[in-house]
Amino acid sequence: MTETLPKIHLAAHFPGVNNTTVWSDPEAGSHIEFSSFVRLARTAERAKFDFFFLAEGLRLREQRGKIHDLDVVGRPDTFTVLAALAAVTHRIGLSGTINSTFNEPYEVARQFASLDHLSGGRAAWNVVTSWDAFTGENFRRGGFLAQEDRYDRAQEFLHTARELWDSWSDDAIVADRESGRFVVDPTEGDFDHRGRQFTISGRFGVPRSPQGHPVIFQAGDSDAGREFAAADADCIFTRHGTIDAGQRFYDDVKGRLSRYGRRADDLKILPAVTFVLGETEADAAERAAVIRRQQVSGPTAILFLEQVWNRDLSGYDPDGPLPHIEPDLFSPSISRGRVTAFPDQAATATRWRELAASKKLSIRQLMMEVTSPASFVGTPFQVATAIDESVRARACDGFIVVPHVTPGGLDEFADSVVPLLQEWGRFHTDYEGETLRDHLGLSGPRSSKASRLVGSEVRV
Amino acid sequence: MTAAFTYPRIGVALDGAGWHPASWREPDARPHELFDANYWVELAQEAEWGLVDFISIEDSFAPIPVRRGAPDPRTDRVRGRLDAVLVAARVAPHTSSIGILPVATTTHTEPFHVSKAIATLDFVSEGRGGFQARISTSEAEAGLFGRRQGVAAGRADGSVPVDDLFDEAADFVNVVRRLWDSWEDGAEIRDAPTGRFIDRDKLHYIDFEGKWFSVKGPSITPRPPQGQPIVAVLAHVPPAFKLAARGADLVFVTPTSKDEAAALVEEVRTNEASVQRQGDPLEVFVDLVVFLDQESERAEDRKGRLDALLGRTYQSDAHVFTGTPSALVDLLLDWQTEGVAGFRLRPGSMPRDLEAITHEVIPTLQDRSAFPRHHGDATLRSRLGLQRPANRYAMT
Repeated sequence: MTETLPKIHLAAHFPGVNNTTVWSDPEAGSHIEFSSFVRLARTAERAKFDFFFLAEGLRLREQRGKIHDLDVVGRPDTFTVLAALAAVTHRIGLSGTINSTFNEPYEVARQFASLDHLSGGRAAWNVVTSWDAFTGENFRRGGFLAQEDRYDRAQEFLHTARELWDSWSDDAIVADRESGRFVVDPTEGDFDHRGRQFTISGRFGVPRSPQGHPVIFQAGDSDAGREFAAADADCIFTRHGTIDAGQRFYDDVKGRLSRYGRRADDLKILPAVTFVLGETEADAAERAAVIRRQQVSGPTAILFLEQVWNRDLSGYDPDGPLPHIEPDLFSPSISRGRVTAFPDQAATATRWRELAASKKLSIRQLMMEVTSPASFVGTPFQVATAIDESVRARACDGFIVVPHVTPGGLDEFADSVVPLLQEWGRFHTDYEGETLRDHLGLSGPRSSKASRLVGSEVRV
Repeated sequence: MTAAFTYPRIGVALDGAGWHPASWREPDARPHELFDANYWVELAQEAEWGLVDFISIEDSFAPIPVRRGAPDPRTDRVRGRLDAVLVAARVAPHTSSIGILPVATTTHTEPFHVSKAIATLDFVSEGRGGFQARISTSEAEAGLFGRRQGVAAGRADGSVPVDDLFDEAADFVNVVRRLWDSWEDGAEIRDAPTGRFIDRDKLHYIDFEGKWFSVKGPSITPRPPQGQPIVAVLAHVPPAFKLAARGADLVFVTPTSKDEAAALVEEVRTNEASVQRQGDPLEVFVDLVVFLDQESERAEDRKGRLDALLGRTYQSDAHVFTGTPSALVDLLLDWQTEGVAGFRLRPGSMPRDLEAITHEVIPTLQDRSAFPRHHGDATLRSRLGLQRPANRYAMT
């Protein structure tokens, strides 16, 4: 029996710049000092997690024309902090979110190849796209990209990066003192890319890194995003839902792989999930309720409501009823720099009015109900069981665990849930390989300089 | 120690297996490890052990060498290098007192990204970070980005684009610095009663609009530990001296004699006056390539051996010193009298010339009461005698 059970993969998400992260907790530490990153990454490594994950946002979020001040604000540069973390960890993967719109492929390919060398093969890239002129105001080219072109650019960006990573042979460096040959093949690193988004040529500056290519993540549930993942990604970073919904997503995405000559194992589906643990189920539920109140303060509740109403509601009492005034469907959004969880304003407002009326909820109570609560709430046994069941049911390949509190929020999970999964033989007790590709059970990159040269004759 | 600046500061410029192109062929060179973290960590630790004030880490986008604007087909040179900012970040947690200045290019890159990267280097090193701003002039590097042409192509229309690149670099450094100040110290308030994590009145749009780019701000990264990490510029040509005067803390110059050192210090001061520089004056560091040995002949033999492998006499933009550590110290203390804050030594081959600096040059300086016997852990700014600057956006 056991040999057919799919392996569980676990990873840790540094607490995000959003209201899931509870900065008001007495245990909450710095979100910017390096020591917080070290603490969390080391906890994740102690728990034998596959990787440590960082999100990114290239402009501070705004609401009503002002910088949003209620959530954690501020984060480090992704590449730089991951390179520093490589110094204080040994095995755990280092995964960074890097935007394909406000970067150039040569530079990003060079940075990931460097990070992969400097970490001994532990680099991963979560490729995200954006198009908004709001973020573009921080960059040379501004908001140059049409929304419909963003996956085109992302795909060509990634393909170009792969060409650069493939421009060196695996064992290019001979460094033979006698003959004076540092490399044998004078064309090592040479490339020539001509495409719709990029026309670049020259020599790539970084020899082939331990993983060949960093592990590639794709985040996003849209059809275009799923296809991008099936074609090009090693992992999907997704949202956690019910087992049924997970199975549908899993079947859909893994079903697309064969079109690209890939096996089901070649793409891992890893939803992000928050958790609250307790000694008993009731204890966990009580703690979850406390955290929920911390996450949805009165001002935060008004802010969520404003995103759907698209109006200044700062005069309303969060402990009072919903406003009588209707949402403004026509003005530009008052919220900038964030992805809305409620795209259809009118339908959402109607649904919320019905819910608030039937349950007699205040604005804040309603927001606690409709914005995403902790996904796993229970005893360590219950949470370990839920993780195991989701993977057994093939609703996902594992989870990216999101703590509420920086930097100690993962300790309890590492000390209680992980040992149970290990006891059951459902989670490894140590790393089996060196690289992140090893941890995730991914084969090497599908291309290399050698295969590209051979394959070019048969490629259509 | 009496006054703060009675002794010369010593920096070491790290580049591959050393600055001589054939250095990778030395018996003690580690050419197979140039892309391993441990190689760089050990070099940084060696420099720190020797009380070196800072290391710099060379960088360029095109792998050296480039010949006539195109990739060079020769196979007898070190090919490739790692991103210097990431190497700097990788070595920072393994060191505790040495300054770390990677090269970052200003020509094809985003000031927003570079600003937060160096701010983050400053966080992970607890106040020891900075960068050396470098322009990119070559067609070969322009071709890697595909968005504009190099200097050679630009000259056809009669413009002087290299001046433009330095102008752009000055705007770039200006934006990087404004972004470092775009969060005031203490902007993070964590005020539970009002639910506010930050006091947004202490965050500032920089609203920079220039000829080359516009940047709104604020940074996504809070103000780094040093407030303003160190910015350095290597200056050979007049626009580089002007760039340094406008935006840098340190300037690296390349005199070949004591008189020339005096003249270059004068040029630095003239440029400071002409751009009406505010605040601390530039600290002038003299770059020297060094081949060192206890016996002068052995140092010359080694350089000669490397030159034979190269097929020509190695020359550099900087003065090439070949001789004993004691003779080098004589030179340093002699040239220092011309108003030089310190020296950045470029090891001809590593690890040998780095170890000669840490084991012989610095102890010799110490024996002559011209270098401290120990350093506490401090920020790079304070190590260089620079104050932590006030925030330009803060209401006083």
